[in-house]
Amino acid sequence: MVNNSYSMYICGVGGQGIIKTSIIIGESAMNQGLNVTMSEIHGMSQREGSVSTELRIGDYESSILPNQSADMLLSFEPIEVVRGLHKANKNTKIVFNTTPIVPSSGDKPYPNLNNLISTLEEDYDNVLPIDGNKLAIEAGNILSLNMVLLGAVVADDNFPLSKDSVIEAMKNNLKPKFHELNVNAIESGYNWIKG
Amino acid sequence: MNLKELVTGEPGEKQFLLGNEAAVRGVIEAGVSVAAHYPGTPSSEIGNILSFLAKDANLYFEFSTNEKVAMEVAATAAVSGLRSFTFMKHVGLNVASDSFMTTAYSGVKGGMVILVADDPSMFSSQNEQDTRNYARLANLPLLEPSNCQEVKDMVCYGFDLSEQFSLPVIVRTTTRISHMRGIVEFGEKLDNSSKGEEHWKKGNFVKNPKQYVPVPVNSIRMHVELCDKMGKIKEISTSSNLNEIKSTGKKGVITSGSAYNYVSDVIKAHDLDLAILKLGLTYPFPSDKVSEFLNEIDEVFVVEEVDSIMEKEILTVMGQKGIILPVHGKLDGTFPEYHEFNPDIVKNGFNKVLNFTEIEEVSYSENLNKLIESIPNRAPVLCSGCPHRFMFYGANKAVEELNIPIEDVVFASDIGCYTLGINPPYNAADYLLSMGSSIGDGCGFSKATNQKVISFIGDSTFFHSGLSPLINGVHNKDDFVVTILDNRITAMTGGQPNPGIPVDGMGDEAPEVSIRKLAVATGCSFVRVINPLNIEQVIKTYKEAIEHDGVAVIISKSPCTLIKGFNKKPPVIIEESKCNKCNKCVNELACPAISIKDNKININKAMCTGCSVCIQVCQYDAIKPGE
Repeated sequence: MVNNSYSMYICGVGGQGIIKTSIIIGESAMNQGLNVTMSEIHGMSQREGSVSTELRIGDYESSILPNQSADMLLSFEPIEVVRGLHKANKNTKIVFNTTPIVPSSGDKPYPNLNNLISTLEEDYDNVLPIDGNKLAIEAGNILSLNMVLLGAVVADDNFPLSKDSVIEAMKNNLKPKFHELNVNAIESGYNWIKG
Repeated sequence: MNLKELVTGEPGEKQFLLGNEAAVRGVIEAGVSVAAHYPGTPSSEIGNILSFLAKDANLYFEFSTNEKVAMEVAATAAVSGLRSFTFMKHVGLNVASDSFMTTAYSGVKGGMVILVADDPSMFSSQNEQDTRNYARLANLPLLEPSNCQEVKDMVCYGFDLSEQFSLPVIVRTTTRISHMRGIVEFGEKLDNSSKGEEHWKKGNFVKNPKQYVPVPVNSIRMHVELCDKMGKIKEISTSSNLNEIKSTGKKGVITSGSAYNYVSDVIKAHDLDLAILKLGLTYPFPSDKVSEFLNEIDEVFVVEEVDSIMEKEILTVMGQKGIILPVHGKLDGTFPEYHEFNPDIVKNGFNKVLNFTEIEEVSYSENLNKLIESIPNRAPVLCSGCPHRFMFYGANKAVEELNIPIEDVVFASDIGCYTLGINPPYNAADYLLSMGSSIGDGCGFSKATNQKVISFIGDSTFFHSGLSPLINGVHNKDDFVVTILDNRITAMTGGQPNPGIPVDGMGDEAPEVSIRKLAVATGCSFVRVINPLNIEQVIKTYKEAIEHDGVAVIISKSPCTLIKGFNKKPPVIIEESKCNKCNKCVNELACPAISIKDNKININKAMCTGCSVCIQVCQYDAIKPGE
């Protein structure tokens, strides 16, 4: 076991801000003096494909998580969380946004959301569905969805980075005119989990 | 991070960089004058960033028409005394290989680094060939970084090594290195800012035909010189700190690149008593270093992606030195002979021999298994309003209206977004080999069969390698249809300019090369430029082209919807009272903005580009333009 370590698998659909969110976490870890590596797969992201990143804070060389080793599985979309389950174990925090993006290339009907949540709860102890779209709109703009979810991550007691450090890294990566909106969104996701 | 910090960043500064961004910083620290490239994932971001930063970094950057031209631009800059850089995806080196092979003989004066990004597991490629084979084929040195810091450092070191031995140096990355992010500490820069404006024009080529013109009388000597140089580099590879013993133990692992990362983490996680020899300068192979390492252990694992190259080198060393010990790698089945590795694959490989853990199968509840099986795919699709879609639709309609059985039509596809034509309902990709192959394949199918052939190729791919087979088809009296999908961009790799667009890699104005004039110049007697958003015209033109005797070229000209400043029109509106629920718009057009919701046709307003093709396709006038 690596000290002060934290491994995340972050997934969703192209265009949801997944890579930017992951970079913000990575920069924040670096600024706090921790080692961090990240992997991103985004070849088809602009064409509605699935996007995922893997992020390891701690003294790791590899940016790829072993299966069942994630501390946090964060999904921006309900069925993408199911696609990421190979990285999760019983204790993994499974945080996901509850708004479906129905794939236009889908070969099967979109599953029932309530059934999806209750099924996950059968196998996993920490399933945290979050209406990120609603919180983002309340924070001021649906485009801040990724920051709402980032706030939810920061609220995890085991997450090794401070909220202030994450907000600083956000400011270094996103345009100043959106800083206030994004801080609101981070706080909103944070408080929703803590609340 | 602001990308400009790759130029302005001071030594000692740390940034969280993508492997490809680290490569750019390496290029800037090394004071490169000339960089040339054709886009290809996973190397593409390097080109996008160099194009963006070229003026700030005071270097020349171009998007060349293909990798071979890029190789030639870099090679000639280097023999003119400038530092040059070219970079490509693995299959790009196939295209460049003819000139690449000879650069090993003719050598360089200024340093030249060739970065090649392999794609194990084929995230966005047609094969997973291993570039380390090319280093051996050409007999050129090769460096293998394991992380972002090493990408930067090895690019810099590559230039020093290149100048020391007057040879190009290869840096081999993989997708997991090019698309990895990690902390990179910046080093000192060889400052380009003091070199003056357009300093890349100040190289000087000194004539020396004995060195630079490989006629037999010269090349017979040049090959000997190459072997001498590589012999000297082999000595360096043994003492190089890029080849490093990381830990000690009774048993050992020899590894490189991404595989090292997995080895290191697995050993740490399971507290395994394994010595690690991490290789960074992997060709010429550091035989003496390896034999020293083997002499201290009694069993060795070889962990490498993709081919069993180091493993065979190690077996050679053992044969030469009379070392006998068990070797566990790909050849004995300990590790797979294909696809990228990950920590689990490496752990399982070690475990086959060392039995240190019970590998538990993960078991899910019955309900969860059902849920996992019920999840719909999310495959990439052509964007809503993508002009390619309408050419696939129109070609299929024309075939249908001419009563040609679909079995008698061969769709020859090519490398780009339009490869997605493979998906239903278009089914418009039957055969594909490589960049530009759709036209050469058209020549062959038209000679070898009586089937109708329709090729699809993009504008950038046509410039890359479509012209030569088009000339072949016209000259050899072939009979098929070539569709050139001119969407005014190199779309699949992220929107780079190409010679059909009036802008170059420096961001300056540039002459626009006309695809129509090129096609006409081949002597082709059927060349039409059409608007793919006019579906009637598309079908009519395809019918004429299919019936035309000889090569027929249809140029579909309409911009990619992802182009910056693309002019979206208001989303279309469904008039439910007129909708007959034939679902033709959903089933035959398959635009992602159109779906069936609650038994009604639904338009996704955020996605619809207002292209109007669905309006033209609807037989019941149930779709009207938005306001």
